[in-house]
Amino acid sequence: MKSTRQAIALTLAGALAISTLAACSSGGSGSDDESSGSDGDGKVTLKVVSLLPGSEQEAIDAFNAQVEEFEAANPDIDIVPEEYEWKATTFAPQLAGGTLPDVFEIPFTDAKTLVENGQLADLDEQFRTLPYADKFNPAIIEAGTGADGHVYAIPAKNVYGVGLHYNRALFESAGLDPDQPPATWDEVREAAKKIADANPGVAGYMQMSQNNTGGWQLTVNTFARGGRTQEVAEDGKATSTLTNDGTKEALEWLKAMRWEDNSLGSNFLLDWGTMNQAFAAGQVAMYTSGSDVFTSLVQTNAVDQSTYGLAALPLEGDDAGVLTGGTLAAMPANVDESKKEAAIKWIDFFYLAKLVDEKRAVADAETLVANDQPVGTPVLPMFSEEQYLQNQEWIADFINVPLDQMTSYTDTMFDLPLVGEPSQKTQEIYALLDPVVQAVLTDENADVDALLEQANTEAQALLDQG
Amino acid sequence: MTATTAPPRRGPASHARADRGRRRSPVTWFRGGGLSNLVFLLPLILIFGVFSWFPIVRAVIMSFQETNLVSDPTFVGLDNFRQVLADPLLWKAVKNTLYFAFLALLFGYPIPLVAAVLMREVRRARGLYSALAYLPVVVPPVVAVLLWKFFYNGSPTGVFNTILGWVGLGPYPWLQDASTAMPSLVLAATWAGAGGTIIIYLAALTSVPPELYDASEVDGAGLWRKIWHVTLPALRGVLFITLILQVIGTAQVFLEPYLFTGGGPNNATLTILLLIYRYAFQNSLGGDYGAATALSIMLAAVLAVFSVLYFRLTRSWSTS
Repeated sequence: MKSTRQAIALTLAGALAISTLAACSSGGSGSDDESSGSDGDGKVTLKVVSLLPGSEQEAIDAFNAQVEEFEAANPDIDIVPEEYEWKATTFAPQLAGGTLPDVFEIPFTDAKTLVENGQLADLDEQFRTLPYADKFNPAIIEAGTGADGHVYAIPAKNVYGVGLHYNRALFESAGLDPDQPPATWDEVREAAKKIADANPGVAGYMQMSQNNTGGWQLTVNTFARGGRTQEVAEDGKATSTLTNDGTKEALEWLKAMRWEDNSLGSNFLLDWGTMNQAFAAGQVAMYTSGSDVFTSLVQTNAVDQSTYGLAALPLEGDDAGVLTGGTLAAMPANVDESKKEAAIKWIDFFYLAKLVDEKRAVADAETLVANDQPVGTPVLPMFSEEQYLQNQEWIADFINVPLDQMTSYTDTMFDLPLVGEPSQKTQEIYALLDPVVQAVLTDENADVDALLEQANTEAQALLDQG
Repeated sequence: MTATTAPPRRGPASHARADRGRRRSPVTWFRGGGLSNLVFLLPLILIFGVFSWFPIVRAVIMSFQETNLVSDPTFVGLDNFRQVLADPLLWKAVKNTLYFAFLALLFGYPIPLVAAVLMREVRRARGLYSALAYLPVVVPPVVAVLLWKFFYNGSPTGVFNTILGWVGLGPYPWLQDASTAMPSLVLAATWAGAGGTIIIYLAALTSVPPELYDASEVDGAGLWRKIWHVTLPALRGVLFITLILQVIGTAQVFLEPYLFTGGGPNNATLTILLLIYRYAFQNSLGGDYGAATALSIMLAAVLAVFSVLYFRLTRSWSTS
């Protein structure tokens, strides 16, 4: 009797244990299948970045239309779109955990270290097959090139310069001329005060302060006043210069606006996404961000396009410059050749061909316009100025963004003194600066000099770690 | 009852002696169903091993390593612990966490108790009140935080500021000021968590014999005397357990500071867990997982002390 019971128990438990193990191992082999990149029909499945999470339905439709077009032309490739937003806090774990799409987007500042760490796939061979491979602006292609001279990350999405985004309706509400945006930081301050006084609860101007964007935008403001936050010597040794006059001026200016003018509204903890939200909702009248942000303001925040304005960033002092950055497309290190082949076709189709090929430019613009998506948002040229203007001519009939509301920026965009982001420990030092910006915005007695002194010491310690 | 069923206390040594006295041979172990017991346990052991114990062991190892999960890890001895202990932000985080715990006790400890005692006194629609009290626990935390963000909006048009505006107060920068940010978080956390505690108190209150109330009424006791002399003594055990649970819970607060303020303004709401998260994830190029696990282990060690206390107390009370 007892032995029968024991036998049943053994069989049952054994079956359970085996099924548990089997479940584990089948999960494993499943992911193996995926990384080999092909399913039963010999099709390559390629997961790609689609849009920001929470995008408008029209934007999703436009993207899907492009996917269909691509799949029709490449029947052996199956595109799987995945929503994606690059965030400093989630990128590394996603990459380590293998949950990123096969083709993902990274900022210029990250590529070199990721290549050094061996985290990106070598796309050089595939990249060289592109007919326009040697036509890129060398400074831009350099951002994604490894020490071995191979291209690992391809300049794909946008290269931006930072501009001053403003709300024309709020300008009018304060009796300001929306066609004459402020050209100096003092004028920005005056306009902000007028707008805040005329619209209680609205921020006349606001600056990001969370998730490393506080440091990013403080750097923008430093460059615009002729300061630099980091100096790199010939031998690669970096010195932190956060206590420079430009950064101090930028913080004092912000502090005066907050505590003397009370023109920064009531929310001092914004990051890239929430700032765009607040701006589109009319709670913020002016802010600084990449010149290309209009596209996501339309796709994710349904901004009222008639109220949008883009002005050149005020530049003051010797050596003042506009911070520039951009987005590269890359793949994780463990992808196989078939995926790389598919990826380069997708990168060519979705990101690049439309810049250099008239047929693709027109087809792409047609799809976007049909789905009410912005065409013609100003970005910096990835190839040459001539090529960029040529492209603008091709799609001239389709441009639907209010370019006449962006002339203050577009008139000067080719003459901007561009300055790249600080090259070493970029995101960590940005993170150190978040609380500094927050302190100035929330503490009337914040001591700018002491705050910067301390941040500078900590930044130098990071740089010395190497 | 206690005298008859509770076994006499024996130390580990006496257990061992008793086992040695009746040690069984493998054959009798097998005959006695030992193998089937083991096989029945196997799936559980596997699942626990893979999903609980392995990560714990891995974390302990990692706390002595420098790794970004990509390049090969190197052992660095106690460097991670030293680095974490030398970080000025750690002490700020510890202080903030203690402040959160203190405020949580101040708001979160008496409110559910008062609510439970009052709810016990009501005669009609008691179920309705319990449901209302428990409702916030059912709301997904992220939804609750978004809702409260709306309330805490610092502009004059925010919900709280609008209400206070009617009586001529405010507007207040709830989450935007270092001095009010933490109490604001605690208020939201208390609202979200009180329901669960109320249910525990209500359950404990049902075990108070009504005769005690009747007797005290006969003796001429009013409401307050009844609560002081009958209700609270009966709840003593549960009160202590919820206290320890709350200490353990508040030491691990993460969700509210992460979602409301991201640790700001100027690190005023940075808690220990948020600091751990920052070590591991703030850098887009691979975080300092060694420092993150080192701090986690130190926190776990402290909390283990409280857990042991909790175990001891619940065990001693369950037999009394």
